[in-house]
Amino acid sequence: MTHNFLWQARLRGPHVMVRKPAWRLNAHRSFPMTDGINPHLSKGLLPRRTRPIEWPLMSIAVSKSDFSFSRRHLLGIEGLSLEDINGLLDLAEDAAELNRQIAKKQDVLRGRTQINLFFEASTRTQSSFELAGKRLGADVMNMPVSSSSIQKGETLIDTAMTLNAMRPDLLVVRHYAAGAVELLAQKVDCSVINAGDGSHEHPTQALLDALTIKRNKGRVTGLIVAICGDILHSRVARSNILLLNALGARVRIIAPSTLMPAHADRLGAEVFTHMADGLRDADIVMMLRLQRERMSGSFVPSVREYFHFFGLDHEKLKLAKPDALIMHPGPMNRGVEIDSSVADDNRSVIQEQVELGVAVRMAVLQALAQRLPNS
Amino acid sequence: MPDNPKAQNGASTAQNSTAYINARLVDPASGRDEPGGLVTEDGHIADLGAHLRRNAPDGMKIVDCGGQVLCPGLIDMQVFTGEPGHEHRETLATASRAAAAGGVTTIICMPNTEPVIDDVALVDFMQRRARDTAVVHVYPMAAATKGLKGEEMTELGLLKAAGAVAFTNSKRSISNSQVMRRVLSYAKDFGALIVHHTEDPHLAGSGVMNESEVASRLGLPGVPTEAETIVIERDVRLVELTGGRYHAAQISCADSLNVIRAAKARGLPVTCGVSINHLSLNENDIGPYRTFFKLNPPLRSEEDRMAIVQGLIEGIIDVVVSSHDPQDADVKRRPFAEAADGAVGLETLLSALLRLYHDGQSELAPLLRAVTTNPAELLGIPGGKLQSGEPADFILLDLGMPWVVDPDFLHSKSKNTPFEEAKLQGRVLRTVVAGQTVYTYANTVGHRE
Repeated sequence: MTHNFLWQARLRGPHVMVRKPAWRLNAHRSFPMTDGINPHLSKGLLPRRTRPIEWPLMSIAVSKSDFSFSRRHLLGIEGLSLEDINGLLDLAEDAAELNRQIAKKQDVLRGRTQINLFFEASTRTQSSFELAGKRLGADVMNMPVSSSSIQKGETLIDTAMTLNAMRPDLLVVRHYAAGAVELLAQKVDCSVINAGDGSHEHPTQALLDALTIKRNKGRVTGLIVAICGDILHSRVARSNILLLNALGARVRIIAPSTLMPAHADRLGAEVFTHMADGLRDADIVMMLRLQRERMSGSFVPSVREYFHFFGLDHEKLKLAKPDALIMHPGPMNRGVEIDSSVADDNRSVIQEQVELGVAVRMAVLQALAQRLPNS
Repeated sequence: MPDNPKAQNGASTAQNSTAYINARLVDPASGRDEPGGLVTEDGHIADLGAHLRRNAPDGMKIVDCGGQVLCPGLIDMQVFTGEPGHEHRETLATASRAAAAGGVTTIICMPNTEPVIDDVALVDFMQRRARDTAVVHVYPMAAATKGLKGEEMTELGLLKAAGAVAFTNSKRSISNSQVMRRVLSYAKDFGALIVHHTEDPHLAGSGVMNESEVASRLGLPGVPTEAETIVIERDVRLVELTGGRYHAAQISCADSLNVIRAAKARGLPVTCGVSINHLSLNENDIGPYRTFFKLNPPLRSEEDRMAIVQGLIEGIIDVVVSSHDPQDADVKRRPFAEAADGAVGLETLLSALLRLYHDGQSELAPLLRAVTTNPAELLGIPGGKLQSGEPADFILLDLGMPWVVDPDFLHSKSKNTPFEEAKLQGRVLRTVVAGQTVYTYANTVGHRE
């Protein structure tokens, strides 16, 4: 049946396909507030997604041909120049539009091999990278770590050498230990992308968060971004603090002291231990996931208490600006760090974050691929 | 002076107003010590001062204090009761009557009951039970870790909102430093006070009294003072790391006092208490294996006791508690090493404390401060001072009256007092809680003679 449907659709051709224009998908979010005034319009700023779509797009970087990424690997936000960041965000924005077309397949990575090596379970990041690679035409392989030689006692470096011998071009790595991706990068000839290393960095998540903010608010500079939750264990928080600071935002972090890293005030963010203080006048409220094993007494006493004091509900959300965006890197624990109805509120851009995640990863893969030998 | 014009003109005074005239007003909070009087109205102090010494506004009930001391009711920060779970030892009702007889108008109940007070619903239970059965104010102190196991912290935020005035691991130290760190760190966010019993369980081992020559002669295993000092030293470092408010529940030796003194000098939010037993008694009192002197921490040497007295007078020690711990005969009439720890103390706290006054070692005000103003401030609860608008919780005290402690006349259900047959001086004549007289000496004196 599926086959039939696709076949018929192809017969009718793309122009006949009933599909909402891309910019319509999230159109309701452009008019989110009670008074019905589009905040973008009132500020004279049009959201970028309302631009006319160029169709068809053959390459996502046509207009950005002068951008050249300065690094061989993407190991973290730390050390990236503003040109690198803006270049990646521009590329990603084009990729986002491409991803809303019917024909999403590109050939910029044709012939390239991408290996996704995830030492830690992941659904959305891994599939996002897989999809990104495939849309750019790469051959993508997922290394199932659970059944592989790592389980048989092989060291990280031996695994790296083994993979390197298979001559991949792009290696996407997530590891439970901070610094492990960088260690691996030193041993291989290909480009390495950090898909999250311990509590250190998760650069593509920060980039997709920045892109989500930029597309919804028209800018990042000057915005107050409140990141709430388990800052201590969060690589997302660390990468976001670095990236959003680089883009000129004011970053706040809110957590109970037990989930706040030592000397948090030196990380480039204002530190709050109460939601009531930290959320005041925030433009962006970014909730972090609280992991199960941290809820029962060791870091916080209970789910009930955590939700009472640090869960985002409508009451606490009132303290933020009325048009504040609600973000979450996922996966969410409804009723733990975020109230279910808040997660589904029209100010929530959580689904858009997932969508832009693919675009950002395409941008990163393409930027790195352009620097590969024989490119 | 906190005069209230409404009460002074006397026109609006209701029948639930009472004037206590011809008293010696002693208020450790303001330093007031002068002849005068006090007017209560609707459970609060409406007015006080020298102008009320002889005359009360018209139309109100008058109590002539006969020149005796009128001072704030005591606040006892460490009271163990048996309710819920061990009602045969003590209930909130009997503990509160013992408190009233001892001039204690507020008791803080420790959470090592059965079940342990580590849940919001149990805090609520304690409050309702106290409201219905107790004659003095009762505030629960809640457990800092679930089941007092020292492993996982309790819902400090919700418990504090429910009315827990502080958090403690009761008679056990939190030996896991990581847990202690997180508790202090988390408590800081809520401004909660952590009250810690300080004894390293491994170093204390099977010890049952102070490690000393006396213990060696008695053939009893000892607990070195280091078991206490090590924990306090660790805790002070964790306070420095986290910024949490910390109170050492009861210290027993000179070394601990020095650690606290140094921590205070560095400006850390560290305070400490001492039990009346450790201020009044030493290890020699154990004599022939008298189990009513078996306490935790154990009674120490006379040098330690004298250092603690000095620490109280200097103000290094903030609070004196009764550490009222009722134990029935079954668990006390045993070989010393097998007997339960603890002693009752609500009814003897004030009189035993006044020994230091009668010995000329201390003025009255510093002693009273440690059982009134200081605990009130530490716990953030009303009372502890004579001031307009404060709850009318106060006592009339005959400073000089001599008496001999007879366990048969104690109000507590359990009679395990280490002050049996002790000759004390100073007696509570009347205890007033929220404007209501809950104890008068005249009513009980008939039974004694």
